[in-house]
Amino acid sequence: MFPTTFDTWWDYALWLALTVGASLLLLVTLLIIVAFLLLMDRKVWAAVQLRRGPNVVGPFGLLQSFADLLKFVLKEPLIPAGADKGVFLLAPLVTAVLALAAWAVIPVGKGIVISDLNVGILYLFAISSLGVYGVIMGGWASNSKYPFLGSLRSAAQMVSYEVSIGFVIITVLLLVGSLNMTAIVTSQQTGIGTRMGLPNSFLDWNWLILFPMFVVFFISALAETNRPPFDLPEAESELVAGFMVEYSSTPYLLFMLGEYVAIVTMCAMTTIMFLGGWLPPIDHWLLNWVPGPIWFLMKVTFVFFMFAMVKAIVPRYRYDQLMRLGWKVFLPLSLAMVVVVAAILHFGRIAV
Amino acid sequence: MALTALFFYLFAGVTVMSGLLVIVARNPVHAVLWLILAFFNAAGLFVLLGAEFLAMILVVVYVGAVAVLFLFVVMMLDVDFAELRAGFIKNASVGALVGLVLLVELIAVLGYRVIGGAVSGAVRAAPAPVPGSGITNTEAIGRLLYTKYVYFFQGAGLILLVAMIGAIVLTLRHKEGVRRQSISAQNARTPAMAIEVVTLAPGQSIIPGRERQG
Repeated sequence: MFPTTFDTWWDYALWLALTVGASLLLLVTLLIIVAFLLLMDRKVWAAVQLRRGPNVVGPFGLLQSFADLLKFVLKEPLIPAGADKGVFLLAPLVTAVLALAAWAVIPVGKGIVISDLNVGILYLFAISSLGVYGVIMGGWASNSKYPFLGSLRSAAQMVSYEVSIGFVIITVLLLVGSLNMTAIVTSQQTGIGTRMGLPNSFLDWNWLILFPMFVVFFISALAETNRPPFDLPEAESELVAGFMVEYSSTPYLLFMLGEYVAIVTMCAMTTIMFLGGWLPPIDHWLLNWVPGPIWFLMKVTFVFFMFAMVKAIVPRYRYDQLMRLGWKVFLPLSLAMVVVVAAILHFGRIAV
Repeated sequence: MALTALFFYLFAGVTVMSGLLVIVARNPVHAVLWLILAFFNAAGLFVLLGAEFLAMILVVVYVGAVAVLFLFVVMMLDVDFAELRAGFIKNASVGALVGLVLLVELIAVLGYRVIGGAVSGAVRAAPAPVPGSGITNTEAIGRLLYTKYVYFFQGAGLILLVAMIGAIVLTLRHKEGVRRQSISAQNARTPAMAIEVVTLAPGQSIIPGRERQG
């Protein structure tokens, strides 16, 4: 995307300026989209419960997220007297920065990516596995019972579900043969549909050929991002607000922002690995004319809508049920699928 | 390249500093957090070496899983600092000995590489990814690991498996009288199994012998 040969200091400066500019553009766009997705989350939730949801600030409540932002920024931050001040303030920063850092490798269109890493998917996996630190640090540094219990729960939960997410990623990259995000998307141009003689369409995407893994990944993504029905670290009926109890104002805002950006990252990961990234659903001139980032955004929004619906219609899991699902159902299933996919690719001589 | 050197000194400096802070930090949780920072910067050094696969695995395995468990355990420890300081003098000689052994080994290895200049055959034979050859280092590691060193690789896996089973056996307790949830039994339950419709005459109880008097 950017010049890669450096002869003079001007090349460095140009590269730096371009990278910083592109990153800023991506982050600002992302944050604005997250603000509206947050509103959509609340609206979907409200609609399922036959409520109106936020409808006062701006037309249809469209500016609600920005009003919330102002409210959080203008409030007074409270730090408990017994808290470990440094770690207490570091925790929300870690959450937000890590969540935003993941977007460095996500290709939103053909060639539209900040850094097209060779090991892009591993980078995403690594960054999302680090998300647990914000929660643990916040819960421990608050020096209070409920946050501590919340952070212990989340540590166990995230480590458990990372295992199955890891295996799902392995099946995808066995099929694709690359860890590069762009390669994962472009490999989905051909698949089951083209094998049956159909033109390139949504039937070629990985969701069909790896359908069980798609379901496992979707549910594991919910658990990894502490979304309902797996929001045990912040279960309000048991732990008040879990690890966030002692937070207020901007640190709280950073926690919420980090959480929502992590959710959108998981949606983007689902889109790239299973829903064909920026590819149009059917290879038709009219659909091809729509730019890739628009398709990408639409798919991410669709996955986010499913996340919101799950939040609205599924009751919260009990902790032992959560652990049972992760270790006794998903782990054997995904492990078996890794073996099956590898065996089919090796013995079936299918070059997908 | 100047930029690479800059990043090298940044990562190396932070690694050394946070490594130092791991052992001087008073609070064990802070020590683990510094350790995590050290891991993270070591991963940065791997990236500078062109070993991005190792870097990511370092972050996923050590930072994402092992250090979380460290933190988990350390957070729940009830650390008595006075006792720790008393033990410091007692164990100082052992610690110094271990440190000395490590130092001598490091000097030996570095001295061997610098003075002898000879790198053993196995290391030299390792196919470093040639830039522009189209083989990423993930692929290069995979090829080496699954062909030449496949038995060692499988052996390491077996050892880890045995260690895992050992840990489970040591901690597994079968308690009597624990009511466990059986999801299949719950799902197999039908209204016919759970509800019984009985016709009661006035004054009669479903529990035998508890008929209402009068």
